[in-house]
Amino acid sequence: MKKETIALHNGNEIDPYTGAASIPIYQASTYHQFSLEHPNQFDYARSGNPTREALENAIAKLEGGCRGFAFASGMAAISTTFLLFSHNDHLIVSKDVYGGTYRLLTQVLTRLGIEVTFVDTTDLQAVEAAIRPNTKGIYIETPSNPLLKVSNLSLLAELAKAYQLLTIVDNTFLTPYYQQPLKLGIDVVVHSATKFIGGHSDVVAGLVVVKEDEIAEKISFLQNSFGAILGVQDSWLILRGLKTLPVRMKNSSKSAKVIADWLEQHPAVQRVYYTGLESHEGHKLQAEQASGHGAVLSFDVGSEEKAKQILNRVRLPLVAVSLGAVESILSYPAMMSHASMPREVRLQYGISDGLLRLSVGLEDVEDLIADLEQALSVKSLLVTSEGRR
Amino acid sequence: MRIETHLAQIGTKKEPKTGAINFPVYFATAYEHIGGVSTGFDYTRTANPTRQVLEQSIAALEEGDAGFACSSGMAAIQTVMGLFSQGDHLIVSLDLYGGTYRLFEQVLSRYGLTFSWVDLRDLSQVEQAIQPNTKAIFIETLTNPLIQVINLEEICQLAKRQQLLTIVDNTFMTPYLQQPIKWGADIVLHSATKYLGGHNDVLAGLIVSKGEELSERIGFLHNSIGATLAPLDAWLLMRGMKTLALRMNQHLANARELALFLNQHPLVEKVFYPSFDPEGRQILTKQARGFSGIFSFRLKDENLVRPFLEHLEVISFAESLGGVESLITHPATQTHADMPDELCQKIGICGRLVRISVGIEHIEDLQQDIAQALKKADQIIRRSGLS
Repeated sequence: MKKETIALHNGNEIDPYTGAASIPIYQASTYHQFSLEHPNQFDYARSGNPTREALENAIAKLEGGCRGFAFASGMAAISTTFLLFSHNDHLIVSKDVYGGTYRLLTQVLTRLGIEVTFVDTTDLQAVEAAIRPNTKGIYIETPSNPLLKVSNLSLLAELAKAYQLLTIVDNTFLTPYYQQPLKLGIDVVVHSATKFIGGHSDVVAGLVVVKEDEIAEKISFLQNSFGAILGVQDSWLILRGLKTLPVRMKNSSKSAKVIADWLEQHPAVQRVYYTGLESHEGHKLQAEQASGHGAVLSFDVGSEEKAKQILNRVRLPLVAVSLGAVESILSYPAMMSHASMPREVRLQYGISDGLLRLSVGLEDVEDLIADLEQALSVKSLLVTSEGRR
Repeated sequence: MRIETHLAQIGTKKEPKTGAINFPVYFATAYEHIGGVSTGFDYTRTANPTRQVLEQSIAALEEGDAGFACSSGMAAIQTVMGLFSQGDHLIVSLDLYGGTYRLFEQVLSRYGLTFSWVDLRDLSQVEQAIQPNTKAIFIETLTNPLIQVINLEEICQLAKRQQLLTIVDNTFMTPYLQQPIKWGADIVLHSATKYLGGHNDVLAGLIVSKGEELSERIGFLHNSIGATLAPLDAWLLMRGMKTLALRMNQHLANARELALFLNQHPLVEKVFYPSFDPEGRQILTKQARGFSGIFSFRLKDENLVRPFLEHLEVISFAESLGGVESLITHPATQTHADMPDELCQKIGICGRLVRISVGIEHIEDLQQDIAQALKKADQIIRRSGLS
């Protein structure tokens, strides 16, 4: 079955009790037990809830994994996954990883004795060189945030297997619609489902999908023990968003390519980062391991001053953190998603003061370009900030 | 302002645009930087307007400085445990919820944290357990499931002298009955799934902290770990909290009646209810506003347990507590299943122990239900020759 169909028909589309076309929201925290010796499947909603389980099953099917887990946020999903490791364990992590993941690793997990080396995971030799006797896992974002660097998932999975390391991929930017890391040999996939999977800027959620039962048991234990689970209403909203994931991704990605082509020609833009452009160093690899390039692109306008002027001038995209919504969102990594990364580290990673990240929504692409044009035109960049609306 | 008034007024006069008496549910995940400037809300994990009203309310109710809402009670505990680093040691209530035990011994021990399980009713035992690397005392009062009472003022004073942080799980009492921060606690935790939510329909956890520096550290962890409460759940929780005082009064009255009834029952060996323990009663009279809506009792014969639970008609046999519906739990196989047998024995959690969270049904219906189920259970084991 194709992903477009799985998004709609994944075993949750009919409630067996009433025939309802959508699973009910089971707003129950506990469940009556009909027998002491034969407990029901559900006993307490932190351990399991039918609505949440429907979402967990759906994402497991879409990612091609054995089991899925839903969490209160993408960071809660990532935090829980990192609890697979113990003190004195060492991890290798993609260099320009999301600022929130960077903060968790460097300011919380290091205190608990987890060691981390940030490596350019597009460079396989650098990854191998970073492996130590106590290395236990590799954590990869591909394409990375915000520079869209592409890491080779099959080769990283092979390398990890040779050293018996667990591989974890943050698949938020591409979603299973375009990329299925588990099929490339990766062990665990994490999502900020707040982004494309939910898709409507109205739910914060995280998802984890694993390939094999052994890790599924461990994540299940941690999900229940730590309790950072997703609420039932939010589980239902994510399931609802999932139904339109394929059409949203197709539409937004198509527009992203048109905008990236246009930006690349624009005199006010120094550089465009989008894997759909042949000029992007990861273009070929991305085309091999994924079926699309996604709807996020970044572009460099040269300075903080110019970036801020554009943020003040645009009228259609929301100026906000987050991405992956029906509405386009323009964000400024230096002060938003990567604000928790020290400036010198950020600059060293290539996340410059003039870099803007655009998450392309479902607006008409010509409207978006017209808006970007008025914001980017040299004349407007000379005009001082006049505020918006 | 009295606490009843505070509870009823949660979320009022906070929505200046429309004056809506009930604060709206903000589902937005992202917030526009209007004119390039943050409104104070950027991303919902970091701060959400609906969640913030709840967080401010619980902080005020517990008389703390800051509140934090988490996706479950366990998520609240895990977030607070993020304060500690490898090599740190904590002293923990011996009689304690099994899920907390599991998190500490099976997850956090892997990060170099160590725990001593101590009967916190005995301060000399607490003092003996303090090590050079001890950082905090984790207290449940009332304890789960044996409903023991810990003297908060004494233990917080001891902790202050030794520069230890005190963390109190106030789930069983709620701020309506007991405000640990007033007695010197630094952090209060809640499984708000229980009395605060009160309807067996929302899973939630709350943290309240005292002191600016501590509050900032918890705020950082809350955002960094990201185990935050969903906006609709935050709203449902506030809706539940508006009736907390009324519900608690009824829970307490019903529990007292039922405890007295079971205390006289020939098939019951012992009832664990604070008013039956002279020392516990004395402490609670001072530090709380009432006893408890929940208690445990030990049946005389283990064979009675299964038929008793299966023949209850009104009361549900389910994990959890604190809801309007009465729930009965078998700690040894449910809430405390992950605690090792020897520890359970040491504490007194045996197969004959049953915990009841008394709801707000009519007391006579509850009494009749328990009486008929015990009678049927007795007949069954007599017939089968088990007794």
